[in-house]
Amino acid sequence: MAVNFVRPIIPKLATDPWAIQFDAAGHLKHLLTIEGLGATWITRILDTAEGFMSVSDREIKKVPLLRGRTVVNLFFESSTRTRTTFELAAKRLSADVLNINLSTSATTKGESLLDTLRNIEAMQADMFVVRHEQSGAAHFIARHVAPHVSVLNAGDGWHAHPTQALLDAFTIRRIKGDFAPLRIAIVGDIKHSRVARSQIHAFNSLNVGELRVIGPRTLIPNDIEPLGVRVFHDMRAGLKDVDVIIMLRLQRERMEGGLLPTEQEFYRLYGLTEEKLKWAKPDAIVMHPGPANRGVEIESRVADGPQSVILQQVSNGIGVRMAVMALCMSAES
Amino acid sequence: MTLLPELKTIDQLLDDCLQNLAWAIEQGQLNNPLMVGIHSGGVWVAEALHQRLNLAEPLGKLNITFYRDDFNTLGLHPTVAPSQLPVDIDGRDIILVDDVLYTGRTIRAAMNELFDYGRPARIWLAVLFERDGRELPISAQTVGQRVVLSAQHQIHVAGPTPLTAHLVTREDLA
Repeated sequence: MAVNFVRPIIPKLATDPWAIQFDAAGHLKHLLTIEGLGATWITRILDTAEGFMSVSDREIKKVPLLRGRTVVNLFFESSTRTRTTFELAAKRLSADVLNINLSTSATTKGESLLDTLRNIEAMQADMFVVRHEQSGAAHFIARHVAPHVSVLNAGDGWHAHPTQALLDAFTIRRIKGDFAPLRIAIVGDIKHSRVARSQIHAFNSLNVGELRVIGPRTLIPNDIEPLGVRVFHDMRAGLKDVDVIIMLRLQRERMEGGLLPTEQEFYRLYGLTEEKLKWAKPDAIVMHPGPANRGVEIESRVADGPQSVILQQVSNGIGVRMAVMALCMSAES
Repeated sequence: MTLLPELKTIDQLLDDCLQNLAWAIEQGQLNNPLMVGIHSGGVWVAEALHQRLNLAEPLGKLNITFYRDDFNTLGLHPTVAPSQLPVDIDGRDIILVDDVLYTGRTIRAAMNELFDYGRPARIWLAVLFERDGRELPISAQTVGQRVVLSAQHQIHVAGPTPLTAHLVTREDLA
């Protein structure tokens, strides 16, 4: 069911919309987008995540860092993986976690987003993890929350999914080391993908050697080249000499018809099969933010094959989200 | 003008600690101990002691960043290195090593972290320096040197090689 009354929240972005992410002392307070973080903060998040990874290998998978703090998962759009890993991350930091699925809750009863926010704030929450179908929703919430509350964007419309981009960068760094010599290709529905947008900003900040996007003309935004990517419409040419292949999910629910002939046609041209994988470097890794449409953008044998790091991405997501939560909540409010 | 205590040399300090630890092992107060250093200074000291004590198992390392109680005031610093405990610590005697025992908060955090890995039989604290200023009821069993210092002074341990220790004022560190 559509939640129409939240439509007007798309913010009028100021000249420097990401400045709101930092507190007066220049410390990260909210994570809304990769833009504005720069290599320094991205690297700091990845380094911190490295420290948290060992917590998941221990018998007691918990550290007391955020004991007594309350993290609220505000999901206006359904998600299993992202919400679960945010929840696990918060719990491994000893925070209390509240999951609120607003697509089926108060908002459908006519409560406004701000009213919902005020109510949850009154429950003394310290952090909101927000997913929303509208671009800019997390920004809007960050501008209206009480000063002690941090906001993490867990995906807003077509705009951004910063923790996904960070965990992808973290996964690549753990396997490949330095970013400078790497060629990375993002394949599929770039246009409707907040993941791709955040990845492009992150990889550019980290000075990735060459960044490519591959997909049909209808699924690649016209204005993407100024962001520092090379556009390919042919898989063979696009995958040549590539070290990292990131397959995107075909956003069927976001497609407004007419952009694709059929899914079979998409799979024939852009679906990552074992055959096409041979066009990349022999040690190329295959990534996917999940959930994967097997037989639409990726073949099962590739998704489960030796070059796939899809499950490592999930494990790494916990460490990276722990790092972001701990860093944002250590800001002086 | 305050009269500053003279610090022993590093070799002297390590020798005194070693002698005491060897004695404790001989007396049966420490049974097949596992040595664990606290990042960063404690690990440097532990490395030096571990080498000379000929302990069978590799050195454990604790990074107590995630256990500090001053997280809110100090913030989270990118971690030096994650904690590494090479073997199961359940039922083991542990020599916990740090460079300076001061407020006792670091040791509290380290003990909390150790208990998240298992239940040791005994934790024995060994430090190069023990100074006044405890804020928690914690004491060390093995001490290289005891010093009394004014609040303006700190013992600064640098390393890993060469391992050095000298007195500094807070202004020197700022």
